[in-house]
Amino acid sequence: MKRFFADYGMIFALLVLGVLFSWLTWDEQHPTGASGGRQLGKMIVKQTTQQQRIVVLARDGAEDRAFTEELAAQLAGKREIVAIIHGSPQDARKRIDQMLTEGSVDLLACTPAVSTWPMLSSLPQLSEIPVLSPEPYHWPNFLKADNLLNVANQIVVIAVLAIGMTLVIITAGIDLSVGSLLALAAVASTWLIRDAAGGEAAGTLGVVLCCLAAIALAAAVGLFSGAMVTGFNIPPFIVTLAMMLVASGLAYTMAGGQSIYQVPDSFAWLGRGTALGSIPNSVVLMILLYIIAHVMMSKTVLGRYIYAIGGNLEAARLSGVPVKRVILLVYLLNGALAGLGGIITASQLKSGAPTYGIMYELYVIAAVVVGGTSLMGGQGKIFGTLIGAFIIAVIQNGMNLTGVGSYMQKVVLGFVILAAVLLDTLKRRGTLNLGKLFASKTA
Amino acid sequence: MAAPLLSMQGITKSFPGVKALRSVDLALHAGEVLALVGENGAGKSTLIKVLGGAHLPDQGTLAFDGEVRQINSPVDGRNAGVGIIYQEFNLVPQLTARENIFLGQEKTRFGCFSRQREHDAALALFKRVGVAVDPEALCGDLSVAQQQVVEIAKALSVEAKIIVMDEPSATLTPQEVERLFAVMRELKSQGIGIIYVSHRLEEIFEICDRVSVMRDGTGVGEATIADINREQLIEMMVGRKLDKEFPPRATQPGKERLVVEGLNRGTAVRDVSFSVREGEILALAGLVGAGRTETARLIFGADKRDSGTIALDGRILDIQHPRQAIANEIGLLTEDRKAQGLILGQSLRENFALPNLDAFSRFGFVAEGNEKVAFGGFVESLRIKTPSQEQLAGNLSGGNQQKVVLAKWLQRNCDVIIFDEPTRGIDVGAKYEIYVLMNELAAQGKAIIMISSELPEILGMADRILVMHEGRVTGEISDMPNATQQMIMELAVQ
Repeated sequence: MKRFFADYGMIFALLVLGVLFSWLTWDEQHPTGASGGRQLGKMIVKQTTQQQRIVVLARDGAEDRAFTEELAAQLAGKREIVAIIHGSPQDARKRIDQMLTEGSVDLLACTPAVSTWPMLSSLPQLSEIPVLSPEPYHWPNFLKADNLLNVANQIVVIAVLAIGMTLVIITAGIDLSVGSLLALAAVASTWLIRDAAGGEAAGTLGVVLCCLAAIALAAAVGLFSGAMVTGFNIPPFIVTLAMMLVASGLAYTMAGGQSIYQVPDSFAWLGRGTALGSIPNSVVLMILLYIIAHVMMSKTVLGRYIYAIGGNLEAARLSGVPVKRVILLVYLLNGALAGLGGIITASQLKSGAPTYGIMYELYVIAAVVVGGTSLMGGQGKIFGTLIGAFIIAVIQNGMNLTGVGSYMQKVVLGFVILAAVLLDTLKRRGTLNLGKLFASKTA
Repeated sequence: MAAPLLSMQGITKSFPGVKALRSVDLALHAGEVLALVGENGAGKSTLIKVLGGAHLPDQGTLAFDGEVRQINSPVDGRNAGVGIIYQEFNLVPQLTARENIFLGQEKTRFGCFSRQREHDAALALFKRVGVAVDPEALCGDLSVAQQQVVEIAKALSVEAKIIVMDEPSATLTPQEVERLFAVMRELKSQGIGIIYVSHRLEEIFEICDRVSVMRDGTGVGEATIADINREQLIEMMVGRKLDKEFPPRATQPGKERLVVEGLNRGTAVRDVSFSVREGEILALAGLVGAGRTETARLIFGADKRDSGTIALDGRILDIQHPRQAIANEIGLLTEDRKAQGLILGQSLRENFALPNLDAFSRFGFVAEGNEKVAFGGFVESLRIKTPSQEQLAGNLSGGNQQKVVLAKWLQRNCDVIIFDEPTRGIDVGAKYEIYVLMNELAAQGKAIIMISSELPEILGMADRILVMHEGRVTGEISDMPNATQQMIMELAVQ
């Protein structure tokens, strides 16, 4: 328990932020879509008698269709729906007038938006008919399912890159080239699809192969960085700074400075598709990658070696750890993950451009550091990084919801990163023992 | 009698969970060398840090020349005339001796520092110390002994009247120690009081006037050096009678196991050949820099050798990396445990398991349960004092850290174990335990190489001594009953 809090103390920062933004975005919510239909259906069954004739009113559009379908399903066999009307107020009025000539209408069931139409109360023939719509309730905008998915969607690329960066930083290294590798992979994959796999007519297999090739290219660049670091003892900061320029330049050259958008619809499956309920495929992939990385770092020999190298390279070497091979592998994995991040970005945007991923390396490093990984190496937790990434995403999202301008957001984010590192430093010095604090309270 | 130079009274200091000092008294007079001794963890370092202002005492007073002063920061300590020379020097290697001495207190003229004035002042300080050091030499290029002199000059430059030396001789050669003692005698004659912290008892008897012994955070006694002998002092330190400093040995070396021929690496190791037999402890003696550690690193594959062969039980080994040495069951306990032996930020169990993960894993996954069982056995058999296996290695005392490193190699059941300065920085009680373990390993038929700068340790433990000088083997002593420190030193200095 104590250890958990010491390792993942940042989860409390995330919770605090969640509570804060929930409080700040507390607002009246009008149930729409399927959930609105469900609520209204239950309300009607409770409040009305069996014989009533009901007319359902809604606008056009997918959300309103979902509303009426769900409402119809709720009322099926229990109440009689005489008509479901989709459209503008004029359309609705015509239809209702027509229906009133055929028989009486006892109830108008409508969406929250429709219930505010002036004609419902101003037209004499309608003013007598009761109108029911889903009741508004209070709930934070921040905590709406759509918004939370939005947060996950926004952070997924940074979070994937941050896995590799965590490994690199645990070995006491750094990789500044990940943003450029992202762009390189995004461009390489779309370029290959356009020029080698048939562009918009490309088949699934072709798309997959092109993406794998792009990831392999990014991994190769990562491997090269690792080789420079281990082979010639050049500081990783310098090596990857150079590779940042190289990869970015290659991406611009390959794309000719343009976006490449000649890709089939299936290319968007990873970034936009949802195979599991409403959770985007990229988020599912991210969660899977985190679980794999966590197991690797905490349960395998390789994980032990990575921590050992960062903790004391010489002691690790003298204990028989194959130091060079492990460092090479770490940079290779980091490159591959950056490449995957590029594929996800390109898939989300359904195009590849060399401008993707600019400054991402800094957000990625920030996520890792906020997540409690020490830049000195040897210490850090994979799920800490996920929490760090979410802290950054939540702060950005929360500021968007509360109307903080994007320029000011940078200022806030900068201070948050500083605060996180300060917290970590104090914790290390023992001035502030989060683990102890929480352990004594929860004991 | 005049008020003492320094009088610490009732100093008490607690850290979370530990009472480091309990009402310690200490007095130092002008022109006196006071030895401060005690086992590791006895509280010597904490007491020194209180004196220097690095720690604030919870209770107690410090009086300088009879005047009580508050020491709240290292600056206060310096102003009160306290100069502390830590084991790890506080010198900037990229700056010259002069620049280091006057760092933070540059001698200025019209707002710019005056190189000439500083140079002259530095020369005067070195003259006071009695050792000539070039003020314009980069500190990184100076020998350890010269750097120490720079530290002393730095302390004198702020008019220090009390100089504390924390294990100053640990990394010095015997001649350098002699020169250090000459410096100390010179300072003494100038009325400076010196607190000398050391584990080396023979030095204490040579240079100190009085000794103050600490144990478990309290002062357990004081004595004038003339009134006390070595056995009594050890008894005060460990709080019980130690019958012997070295356990008896009764093994008879058997057949040759490790045979090293023609090892070369640059000028550090030149044409070194020797063999170690079954159940034998072979000591490598010599001055610091004689090539002993370098030889050990070549055998272990930590450095690349230019030429030479290494054979174990008649089989020539291909050792290019530590991995290959480890695979051939050779283990190395490095001289610097903190920098090379352990990962201080990791748990004892993880440190222990690191070279043994091949045995503790299946399909790349670590079996923590197996680690715990195996390490638990060593915690018991080696008597490693720790609250749990998950304790961080950095939190253990030197002796217990050494036992953890030893457990790493014992788990592998190594045939050859190289101990490089096995008892450096380890207190008397734990030393004895390490010696007993070394003897047990020899009795099991292992071949043991011991590198040591402590001549009594070599004479007490070795079956045979190889002396090195400037990378070459200059002599072998195998008639142990008649071996003396002089014989070793003659071969070591040539």
